[in-house]
Amino acid sequence: MPTILSDTWTVFSRAMLLSVRQPLWVAIGILQPILYLTLFGPLLERVASVPGFPPGDAWVVFVPGLLVQLGIFGGLFVGFGIIAEWRAGVIDRMMVTPASRVALISGRVLRDVVVLVVQAIILTGCAYFFGLRVPIWAVLIGLVLIAMLGAAFSYISYAVGLMTKSEDAFAPLVNTVALPVLLLSGILLPMSLAPAWLQVLSAINPFKHIVDALRAIFRGEVLSPVVALGLVLAIALIALGAWFGNRVFAAQTK
Amino acid sequence: MDNDQPNVTADGQIMIETKGLSRIYKTRGKTVEAVRGVDFSVSSGEIVGFLGPNGAGKTTTLKMLTTLLTPTGGSARVAGFDLRKDPVGVRRAIGYVSQAGSTASEARAGEELVSHARFYGIDKHTATQRARDLLAALDLADIWERKCGLLSGGQRRRLDIVMGLIHQPKLVFLDEPSTGLDPQSRANLWTHIRKLRDEIGTTVFITTHYMDEADALSDRLLVIDKGEIVAEGTPSELKRRVSGDAITLTFRDDADARQAGDAAAKMPGAETPVVEGHLVRVHVPDGASALPALLAELARADITATGVEVKKPTLDDVFLSLTGRSLRD
Repeated sequence: MPTILSDTWTVFSRAMLLSVRQPLWVAIGILQPILYLTLFGPLLERVASVPGFPPGDAWVVFVPGLLVQLGIFGGLFVGFGIIAEWRAGVIDRMMVTPASRVALISGRVLRDVVVLVVQAIILTGCAYFFGLRVPIWAVLIGLVLIAMLGAAFSYISYAVGLMTKSEDAFAPLVNTVALPVLLLSGILLPMSLAPAWLQVLSAINPFKHIVDALRAIFRGEVLSPVVALGLVLAIALIALGAWFGNRVFAAQTK
Repeated sequence: MDNDQPNVTADGQIMIETKGLSRIYKTRGKTVEAVRGVDFSVSSGEIVGFLGPNGAGKTTTLKMLTTLLTPTGGSARVAGFDLRKDPVGVRRAIGYVSQAGSTASEARAGEELVSHARFYGIDKHTATQRARDLLAALDLADIWERKCGLLSGGQRRRLDIVMGLIHQPKLVFLDEPSTGLDPQSRANLWTHIRKLRDEIGTTVFITTHYMDEADALSDRLLVIDKGEIVAEGTPSELKRRVSGDAITLTFRDDADARQAGDAAAKMPGAETPVVEGHLVRVHVPDGASALPALLAELARADITATGVEVKKPTLDDVFLSLTGRSLRD
């Protein structure tokens, strides 16, 4: 299907151009994880000696968490953008063209993934100066995992944004989802430090396993079952997100 | 694409044809009939005004015709394509200018146009050329590098129109094009819309709830109220059909007025005249042609009118008499 590809490219390049012209937003997006890195990371160096702390030094534990956080939040908030585009008439304007519906959302998701990967590279680069030592191939696998996660959330966020069509409805919804996901995934502190009941709750959260997978990848244990589980979950998430996003986009004209 | 358009090849052919087109919304157990089976047709090269108050079903009908909303009943052919069976065919052939706009504030005008054209498979070079020509035609030649958000309301609306025309559609839908514009920008916009038809032969379907806009632009009007077409005709036909022109004559004294009243009653199509003192008021279908005959008749009886006024009804009057409600919001 060449039109899907060329339409996706058209949507992507338009969106990318707009992002490149607004580097401030890309910078703000990266600012939060960098603050965590500088202001919270050093605390973990001390905690790393506590019993129950997972294997690997503080940075190998902490940076994967920040990357997953970047992936989730980077994707989750893009819905605000589509609400603004919808209000400006851009979505309807594209919907009345013969363009593929799948392309209209996927081109935007692709832009978000590119922005996310750039942010993730910057974050990992900064972490290197704090003392993160990870083989380059592990970083590359990690980026693929983060890209998939970001794409899944980006699809879902666009879908929910278009369903609500209102920032006032969208914002609390996103925050309600984001906070438990963040707390239960062991992003800040590893869940191995948690009491048993919290560990059980956390085990239900798929993102906890993705964080664990990324930590294992950073330790160099690529062939472990933890990594396999994380990758399978990431693939399932992106499939679910893409299905949901495309369904909502197609339903816009129902 | 051209071989799939049996009924749209030359002027005078059908560009839009709807049969029982309807749309029902279901929200929270309630059923709302936004559009209740409308039938109408639009010929190639016409400017048709689609008139109705807010909430009458205008936008819902428009969204169905532009493939943005699937009808729940009935059928339609738009630009030669079946709305249900071939929405992509419809999309290729039509342009749509939404009242919500079409451009991102941060985007640059020229880039938005070229990227939009790409969706129709138009190559970058051709798109750039066409966009520049269209911008020049709509007095926007110097905005290529400008951010859309920095344009004036009138400029941005004309940019929306350029966006809707970039693929040279045979049929353009304009949704409330002059809403929010100052009087000068409105008049300017109307000139451009007329040029579209006169110079390129584009069929224009325009929704509005402004009477003066419908009056100034349309060859023909469709009036919609509560989801149904309640009247159809040229602006002057509709006005004539509904109330006729109001003639007011002033005389020197009451006796003259009474005599003139009797004469006025004999005019073809006249309603019973009202005589008040030395004033006579009468409604006739076509005041401008009836008046000279009446004045000549009075002159033969040696009666001279000291004052004459003919008032054409406005489309507002038409709408009021059709629906019992005013169009003004």
